[in-house]
Amino acid sequence: MTVHQPSMEGASVKPASQSVVQADGLGLTFQTNDGPVEALSNVDLTVGKGDFISFIGPSGCGKTTFLRVIADLEQPTAGTITVNGMTPRQAREHRAYGYVFQAAALYPWRTIEKNIALPLEIMGIGRAEQAERIARVLELVDLKGFGKKFPWQLSGGMQQRASIARALAFDADLLLMDEPFGALDEIVRDHLNEQLLKLWERTNKTICFVTHSIPEAVYLSTRIVVMSPRPGRVTDVIESTLPKERPLDIRESPEFLAIAHRVREGLRAGHSYEV
Amino acid sequence: MTALSATTSHHREPGLLARLSAGKTFPILVVVAAIVALWYVFAVYLNAPGQIDAYKRAGEEWSTAQLVRDTLAQERPVLPSPHQVVAEIWKTTFAIKPSSKRSLVYHGWITLSATLLGFAIGTLLGILIAVGIVHHRAMDKSVMPWVIASQTIPILAIAPMIIVVLNAIGLSGLLPKALISTYLSFFPVVVGMVKGLRSPEAIQLDLMHTYNSSATQTFWKLRWPSAMPYLFTSMKIAVAISLVGAIVGEMPTGAVAGLGARLLAGSYYGQTIQIWSALFAAAAIAATLVAIVGIAHRLVLKRMGMAA
Repeated sequence: MTVHQPSMEGASVKPASQSVVQADGLGLTFQTNDGPVEALSNVDLTVGKGDFISFIGPSGCGKTTFLRVIADLEQPTAGTITVNGMTPRQAREHRAYGYVFQAAALYPWRTIEKNIALPLEIMGIGRAEQAERIARVLELVDLKGFGKKFPWQLSGGMQQRASIARALAFDADLLLMDEPFGALDEIVRDHLNEQLLKLWERTNKTICFVTHSIPEAVYLSTRIVVMSPRPGRVTDVIESTLPKERPLDIRESPEFLAIAHRVREGLRAGHSYEV
Repeated sequence: MTALSATTSHHREPGLLARLSAGKTFPILVVVAAIVALWYVFAVYLNAPGQIDAYKRAGEEWSTAQLVRDTLAQERPVLPSPHQVVAEIWKTTFAIKPSSKRSLVYHGWITLSATLLGFAIGTLLGILIAVGIVHHRAMDKSVMPWVIASQTIPILAIAPMIIVVLNAIGLSGLLPKALISTYLSFFPVVVGMVKGLRSPEAIQLDLMHTYNSSATQTFWKLRWPSAMPYLFTSMKIAVAISLVGAIVGEMPTGAVAGLGARLLAGSYYGQTIQIWSALFAAAAIAATLVAIVGIAHRLVLKRMGMAA
């Protein structure tokens, strides 16, 4: 089994912001029956390797759309975007990212391990290696021993963890997460946030995380992108000053509250013309 | 504790009657009993005029009890009584060699084989058309209206033509009848499978897209398993309708064997008991076929980890 080093040197000797996602003047306009809707307008953003970036904003601000553009699930209508230096389409064809949806989207007719095997089967990975990877990612998300269960036998939080394991199984360096804990209750959510941070530290992945919870965004991220709706655009990018090691009670520290305050200000600024 | 003899009657477990009425058995039995009773009433009522005529011609005296008894035992009644039909089914099913032309098993098998062949071809054809409709834009737009139009044509009108045309190209016997079954049974499968293959949610399809999965992979790993419940539901309809197709295929075509031929011969010679027993045999075969598909449905869903 491969061991993931906590990589002390990885944190300090990180190559100076090797960009994973690079967006320049990105725009996306949907043509609807009620006329064109500008989901994204003039978004410039760089996501560096190993970053944990949160996108926060009210619904309709384009945060999910932006994630879907990275994943090649939507096509931009203006500007350029590269993922690992490639077009999103090429990046998808190279299986450059794992995507975690709002719902776990596990296939009900497959056991948990078979669900995790799904991307591996599609990518033509051999049986023996499949088993090895399944065991590894199940351990990463703390679901060891649940591989033979069917999805309906697991709680919502466990299902979402299984879907994260599925996204980790094929070793993409980029993890795109679209409100993965949005449907879960506060207590489960706290627990999963803590686990996700540990996982990020151990695996050194780059994570783009969409949320509409301020504490979640501040707790998890190295950088927070605040967005506002109609048209969807970036209003503020906040570099987190919190240390990499974050116990849950860091959320009561003045530093944490200061960042949360700035996020809230950013959200309000984006909204002011509406109120 | 449960031994009935050891305890007083107050402490008994719920009685047989209570248990029956709690389940589905009791209501079903009540309905069956009501239908049988009603049937007897109508048998007497409908057969009485003929019986009275017969008494008059023979110059016999008759009592009401005698009339009732005789109306339920006619050789060619307008409406045969239930026990006559049961006796006929028993006689022609178990008392006669299955190879005999008078055996219901013989005729039943002829029809059943056409039904099963037609059902198999129809299911396969239905699945293929549905796959085409789901995957091919032009087929989606063009084929479905034809599929629906095909079912508006009265099968009774088209059946002899199918038989004649196929005969002209040297096909006769089982296959032409089976094709009439196919004609009816492919339809529910097409409709069910189009819905089933389109049943995966957007999020599940997006997931496959992020894996850069090919259309074939998406089909076998997502669309096909998603469609299973729909497939079996439409197969239940298809198998019952296949039997109708096989019987209809035997009727206007001068077939000499099969339940359809039995029905037709019965009506030519006024053998009402034979007609009714053939009808019940057909119903029993249909019920059995639907039940078998239902069991297969449950087994498959159980293997897939989805409760039926």
